[in-house]
Amino acid sequence: MTQPAATPPDLAVTIAGLRLRNPVMVASGTFGYGVEYADVMPLAELGAIVVKGISLAPCAGNATPRLVEVPGGLVNAIGLQNPGVDGFIAQYMPFLRRQAVPVVVNIWGRRIEEYAEVAARLDGVPGVHALEINISCPNIKDGGHVFGTRLDTAAEVVAAVRAHTRLPIMPKLAPNVSDIAAFARAVEAAGADALALINSFPAMVIDVETRRPVLANVTGGLSGPAIHPIAVKLVYEAARAVKIPVIGIGGISGPREALEFLIAGASAVQIGSANFGDPAVAGKVVEGIADYMRRHAMSSMRDLIGSLNLL
Amino acid sequence: MQLETATVMEHELAGGDYRLLTLASQRIADTVLPGQFVSLGLVAPADAILRRPFSVCDAGAGRLTILYKPVGRGTRAMLALRAGDTLSLLGPLGHGFPLPPSDAAQAPLLPVLVAGGYGVAPLYLLARRYPRRGLLFVGGATGRDILMTSAFAALGWEVHVATEDGSLGEHGRVTTPLDTWLAAREVDARHDFFACGPTGLLHAVAQRAAAGNQRAWVSLDRHMGCGVGACLACVQRLNNDDGEKVWGRVCKDGPVFDAARIVWE
Repeated sequence: MTQPAATPPDLAVTIAGLRLRNPVMVASGTFGYGVEYADVMPLAELGAIVVKGISLAPCAGNATPRLVEVPGGLVNAIGLQNPGVDGFIAQYMPFLRRQAVPVVVNIWGRRIEEYAEVAARLDGVPGVHALEINISCPNIKDGGHVFGTRLDTAAEVVAAVRAHTRLPIMPKLAPNVSDIAAFARAVEAAGADALALINSFPAMVIDVETRRPVLANVTGGLSGPAIHPIAVKLVYEAARAVKIPVIGIGGISGPREALEFLIAGASAVQIGSANFGDPAVAGKVVEGIADYMRRHAMSSMRDLIGSLNLL
Repeated sequence: MQLETATVMEHELAGGDYRLLTLASQRIADTVLPGQFVSLGLVAPADAILRRPFSVCDAGAGRLTILYKPVGRGTRAMLALRAGDTLSLLGPLGHGFPLPPSDAAQAPLLPVLVAGGYGVAPLYLLARRYPRRGLLFVGGATGRDILMTSAFAALGWEVHVATEDGSLGEHGRVTTPLDTWLAAREVDARHDFFACGPTGLLHAVAQRAAAGNQRAWVSLDRHMGCGVGACLACVQRLNNDDGEKVWGRVCKDGPVFDAARIVWE
């Protein structure tokens, strides 16, 4: 056992030029636009908030049912319902820019030009700190996932967004590809400042009595503890492949899962489904990381990130 | 909205398979309004991801009570709760039934409550807080699904019961005694409907309200994700003021809606 450090550990990290007070963010689609949870999870205690995915035009999303709980996880097919970029700026940014938390806006489109246009409209909007590019949503047929499972289109989306914004950009990668390192390198080369992974894993649930799919969309995306070890492996491979920071996502329900991502090479993490079970979980993960660093005599995140011991 | 640790005070059978769970709650119990709900964070099963939402059946003086039936993984796990156990409580959540202002110039209309099974739960807190007495129509599959009628009667409310197997009250659905009562009303008599139960029951009440030009407030029961309006899982098609169809979040914009706004499918 090592001795506890004398000074409190510094949890600050810098991702894509954006300084975060700690590495714990909340994932897109699981925290609304912040306002929904602000009563019980002080937003200023988060490293950053990633808001629900925004498209150029308003999107109605999928029919219901949209969500089902399975052992160890959730399968969702919300379908990226959102008020569109102009509606988002008008309805939610006045609240968000008053909060002492960096705001990362998750963006998506059905065509590459739509990604670029959303990015352009968000460039210069006060209070928007970075863009997360969703190229991996499994729940819309003619967008998102289509781009993220092909190397050429993944890079094209990132390059198009890069050309239309001065904001830091971080593509969010799909887990169901054969070589995650190749995708990480492709988006890095296309101008990404950081990358985030993983999105939910394509999945399906059937009601055996009716023999009907449970979700109206038939298929959805699996998130939650069930996907965490898969995500750790992919984060490990992606972090080794690129120089830009990697953000680990998938199945964090407490400090231990977050620490696994950080040790595997992630510079920050995002908490998703676990927010639904415990709206205050992000604060507990921050505290748990600090406790861990004290126990292991780590003074800064540099001591923790990528500290995997392979010997 | 508050997040607090609540302690189990009482956990008792409520008739049939139903249970009443009473929690000591520091802040939520004294702020919850009729028709609002709370969500419980479950300790078991360990792999449950979601909290479980419940209408508040009674509340006040630092205690709140929910009524539930063990039907799924979460509610079956709740059977193990004992007095003194603690659990995470989030609430009050959503928008409940409108209560007439206490200083209204005109007396409120006669409240007519219509419940299916454990749909009586939020209606009981409404009856407790309503500024005048009214009627409760409650239906269920069997007499074992008819709950809390003596509690409503003790408040001075007139109770009408129907069961589909005829084991208690009138034989048939709750609309049987309701329609009998409506048929005996004067054509221009005014009342307000408040309903909670299966969608078919809510739709039936909405149709009767529309036919009689009365207002109806219905509480929707949907599987929820977050319970706070963030995840957009429990959405319901509504007509907005411009005649467009829009999504409403049952957990945040509801669970109680003006029945005239609901797009019934």
